[in-house]
Amino acid sequence: MVLNSILFYFFSALAVVSAILMVTRRNVVHGAVYLITTLLATAGVFLLLQAEFLFIVQVILYVGGIMVLFIFVIMLVNLDVSLLQYQFNRQRFVAAVLALALGAQIFLAIKMGQNSLFPTARVPDISPKNTEAVADALFGRFMLPFEIASILLLVAMIGAVVMAKRRV
Amino acid sequence: MVPVDQYLWLSLALFTIGVIGVLTRRNVIIILMSIELILNAVNINLVAFSHMFGSVDGQVFAIFVITDAAAEAAVGLGIILAFFRNRETLLADEMDMLKW
Repeated sequence: MVLNSILFYFFSALAVVSAILMVTRRNVVHGAVYLITTLLATAGVFLLLQAEFLFIVQVILYVGGIMVLFIFVIMLVNLDVSLLQYQFNRQRFVAAVLALALGAQIFLAIKMGQNSLFPTARVPDISPKNTEAVADALFGRFMLPFEIASILLLVAMIGAVVMAKRRV
Repeated sequence: MVPVDQYLWLSLALFTIGVIGVLTRRNVIIILMSIELILNAVNINLVAFSHMFGSVDGQVFAIFVITDAAAEAAVGLGIILAFFRNRETLLADEMDMLKW
């Protein structure tokens, strides 16, 4: 159980540090690589939470699919010009302060609900057959949302093809 | 056993960093990546609560969130490519054709 905590704090620190590096680096490719690190650390957190199926989905779909798409697009648009440009916009200080204020609000909300929201009693673990349980839920009670998600993916695919076409 | 609120703090940190990235950066690709970071922070919350309640519903919702992220990345990057082909820029504050 101590190992569990150590791994959790390791993955959390990795995720937060590489997320900070992602939003501050000038080079977009470096940002993409730091985002990949964050996503892999999050996948480790999912594994600690006994969500094995989501761990695999995170690694294959997020890191292997979406981030490769991002890096392809970064390669297609030219990088040399954007390296010389200033990377932060004019309202950056106001924006950062407002974002931190939003974070402080959520912080207070969690802090106030901390004692009443989270039960101290230990709930039973999710069954060891995680993938089977997810599949049962996905193809049972969540059948209609699942089909709607597949239609969403079809629409996104057609939209991406139309957007990236040379002559519309 | 890590208490649930630790996961919420991690999620809060990632969410706030993502919001800062969306609001302060000029590069559209970085803005899209920051949105992915925000969605990822939401997923941590969902999976942590799913673990706390001992049910897989939160994980199913996290799968739907990942589906949305994939769709958004595909369409968003398509729009970025089309825009770059027309205007030769990636900066969000130069995308002002609809502004007057």
